[in-house]
Amino acid sequence: MINASLKELSAALAAKNISSVELTRIYLERIERLNGELNAFITVDPGKSLALAGQADARIARGEHAPLTGIPVAHKDIYCTKGWLTTCGSRMLANFESPYDAHVIGRFGAAGAVILGKTNMDEFAMGSSNETSFYGPVKNPWDRAFVPGGSSGGSACAVAARLAPAATATDTGGSIRQPAALTGITGLKPTYGVVSRYGMIAFASSLDQGGPMGKSAEDVAMLLDVMAGFDPRDSTSLEREGEDYTRDLDRPWEGASAGRPLQGLRIGVPKEHFGEGLSSDVGRAIEAALAQFEELGAKRVAISLPNSGLSVPAYYVIAPAEASSNLSRFDGVRYGYRAPEYRDLLDMYCKTRSQGFGAEVKRRILIGTYVLSHGYYDAYYLKAQRVRRLIAQDFVEAFKKCDVVMGPTSPTVAFRIGAKTSDPVQMYLSDIYTIPANLAGLPGMSVPCGFGENELPVGLHIVGNYFSEARMLAVAHHYQRATDWHRRAPAGVL
Amino acid sequence: MEWEVVIGLEIHAQLSTASKMFSGASTEFGAVPNAQACAVDIALPGVLPVANSGAVERALRFGLAVNGNNADNISRRSIFARKNYFYPDLPKGYQISQYELPIINGGTISIVLKDGQKTIHLTRAHLEEDAGKSLHEDFHGMSGIDLNRAGTPLLEIVSEPDMRSAEEAVAYAKAVHSLVRWIDICDGNMQEGSFRCDANVSVRRPGEPLGTRREIKNLNSFRFLQQAIDYEAKWQIETLQDGGTIHQATVLFDPDSGETRAMRSKEDAHDYRYFPDPDLLPLVVTEEWIERVKGGLLELPQAKRERYARDYGLSVYDAGLLTQSRETTVYFEDMVGQLGTEAAKVCANWVSGDLAAALNRDNLDIAQSPVPSAQLAGLVARIRDNTLSGKMAREVFDAMWRGEAASADELIEKKGLKQISDSGALEAIVDQVIAANPKSVEEYRAGKEKAFNALVGQAMKATRGKGNPAQINEILKKKLAG
Repeated sequence: MINASLKELSAALAAKNISSVELTRIYLERIERLNGELNAFITVDPGKSLALAGQADARIARGEHAPLTGIPVAHKDIYCTKGWLTTCGSRMLANFESPYDAHVIGRFGAAGAVILGKTNMDEFAMGSSNETSFYGPVKNPWDRAFVPGGSSGGSACAVAARLAPAATATDTGGSIRQPAALTGITGLKPTYGVVSRYGMIAFASSLDQGGPMGKSAEDVAMLLDVMAGFDPRDSTSLEREGEDYTRDLDRPWEGASAGRPLQGLRIGVPKEHFGEGLSSDVGRAIEAALAQFEELGAKRVAISLPNSGLSVPAYYVIAPAEASSNLSRFDGVRYGYRAPEYRDLLDMYCKTRSQGFGAEVKRRILIGTYVLSHGYYDAYYLKAQRVRRLIAQDFVEAFKKCDVVMGPTSPTVAFRIGAKTSDPVQMYLSDIYTIPANLAGLPGMSVPCGFGENELPVGLHIVGNYFSEARMLAVAHHYQRATDWHRRAPAGVL
Repeated sequence: MEWEVVIGLEIHAQLSTASKMFSGASTEFGAVPNAQACAVDIALPGVLPVANSGAVERALRFGLAVNGNNADNISRRSIFARKNYFYPDLPKGYQISQYELPIINGGTISIVLKDGQKTIHLTRAHLEEDAGKSLHEDFHGMSGIDLNRAGTPLLEIVSEPDMRSAEEAVAYAKAVHSLVRWIDICDGNMQEGSFRCDANVSVRRPGEPLGTRREIKNLNSFRFLQQAIDYEAKWQIETLQDGGTIHQATVLFDPDSGETRAMRSKEDAHDYRYFPDPDLLPLVVTEEWIERVKGGLLELPQAKRERYARDYGLSVYDAGLLTQSRETTVYFEDMVGQLGTEAAKVCANWVSGDLAAALNRDNLDIAQSPVPSAQLAGLVARIRDNTLSGKMAREVFDAMWRGEAASADELIEKKGLKQISDSGALEAIVDQVIAANPKSVEEYRAGKEKAFNALVGQAMKATRGKGNPAQINEILKKKLAG
């Protein structure tokens, strides 16, 4: 059961071969058994989850079954969830119970899915290893001495360790794709604006995008069907026709045959993503994946993303700038943490924010405050915005020559817990391949494609053009039909 | 040597939308603290702003109104920016405003002064949200925070430093106040803070470059505006004459002492770290939208003033008095509609004179006048056909004001106030007066003009005040000459 796809689970629930309560119990029991060690969940509330499962069963009994009805889903603790603690991985919100549901939570609720719990994450989504969480690091289920990636490390770990059939996550610079790669699962960051940010605690508004994590492209497509859609409460949400992201999964590429289903697909391989900094084990796995795609009929096209080297510096100006302002609301006045002792208002602010935020969050608030300051704004923020446009333009040029861009999701497999905590720049570089898609607003996904050093998973990065999620998912699905990397599960958790 | 005072105003007009600038919460004044603060206003984690199109539309109305219905001062694309600072009544830790690209660029406001008109240029007008309120009393050493006002839509109207006296500044503020109510974008209620002024004041020798300015914050009455500027200008002049220098600063006006005092200097001014709000897309205004707003725009004060002067022969000053509020012009135009253009002058005198005085005395708006326009028109009609003298008309007006009757004719009847204009009857009375006052007649004929007035008085007395004075004058003159 724990290795079943969402489609299979959905069918079993519809056929009443299993009830949602039974299914939810299986996962709650696994969480009970394994979470102490893996630390994937911050909040689990069996009573609430089982009540939702009971409602789902009643709904199925009434014949009102939607694809995800009764399926337990773990939510990143960045999504405000009514009646649940929503901590964002921070001491600042350790006591914050949201009085409202995020758009994404509401959509899963309407679909009849069960809230399985709230997953661990880097504090305010700032981190690439899940080590900045106030609730302690998440362990990589493939080897517990290693990080699961971040910031959605808890969601990735939960899916990889089969503590949840599926999970939600968010991605500002790679926070869905990098942990998906490091834990051997499938994760998708949609085109900016496809998933409403309402109720998703903001890190960097112009880059944040919610998305799903699952065991396969097919699962991810079913999850995206629920998450995507226009929301008038988010001004950056795109008002467009709803689409069925599963529609192209089983269809061969245009003009291709069933035997070579990706015949005609042009895969752009950017030389900049295969140079210095890419470890050889990851490089080998990616090369093998690309060869597999060629067997499926696809063609490789050499491309260049000449400005991608500027993406990390541009990102570390724009994201902290927005974060420094977005996090100003955490001031101890209305909700969340407030320092127990203070002399006056200024002292209350200083103590609350020094005690409530961790080191990485403070570092980014300082960087952001600096780059927005009078006299520095043009040199940093405005310049970074210009670089951002150049990076987006690189992709416009690339997509004239190819249909998707592929490369490694992360330059290395998972690293040891503690290995990069004292060197922020090394940590920041683990998102070097994923950040350009955020800066350009493009959809990106990571698909498991083998193993590298220490028998740890490697992820293949796929970037598509705007709104090409359904096609990207089909490309990944064809690959997953031909391979079984996505079916591998860490031995220690079964 | 002479000093010139230079003044520019920043006016915050609260826009009269039912909901807030970026949330659906109500903007109603006077609710229980924090009853009108929704998740967005409280700045809960995860909430997002959505711009209120009603507020944008009101800004467009203003833009067109200050630019002769021409849209070239309206930005087709403007940007909301974040102004970052910490304060307990600013829930997000930033205020959403417009900075580099405001929705309105330029325009003019024409002000009427005793000695003519003057044009004041606008720099810009931009949309922003208001902060909440900090209440420092009644909380035993702590402060209370009321977020009902947080997120209320404001239009900040920034003038060029075109004013040269407190009087001009007040006239400008009044003109803007009248305009925003005229085009129905702001209720103008200054007690409730719906219309607040900041004044930038500097002084210089005429012809010299602008002096250093100090900004007086939050003036919420025209009287305080006048007093604050007068005090500030005098203080600056004295400081300079004593050899001192003016430092750029933000100052507060204390209505009790009538003085201004520095709140913060330029050195400790905030660095607001403005940047475009990534939660909001650029504000795009289409031509269709502008056309729709244009179509709904009423005749504006300036155009009305010109029309009154041209068509009714009113002085600019009289037309200016009538066009201080739209309701007044509606009242006035109703009367002229009933009585005809020739009556416009008398109507104007009554509206700006006795009616305005009575409204002022009883603290009423013209829309609440106990004497509606039709009644006053009825009264003016009886003046014009000589049924009533001016004095009698005033008596009738007061009776109507007290609600004694609904029409002038009814009161004339009831009080027996009808003016005697029957020349036969008046001649008989004049004959009696001449016969009974030979001494006065003799004095008049000897050249004493005063004696004539005494005779008129006697005739009026004989008619018990109802005689038509002009007619009595005429008859008396004729008879005495004869």
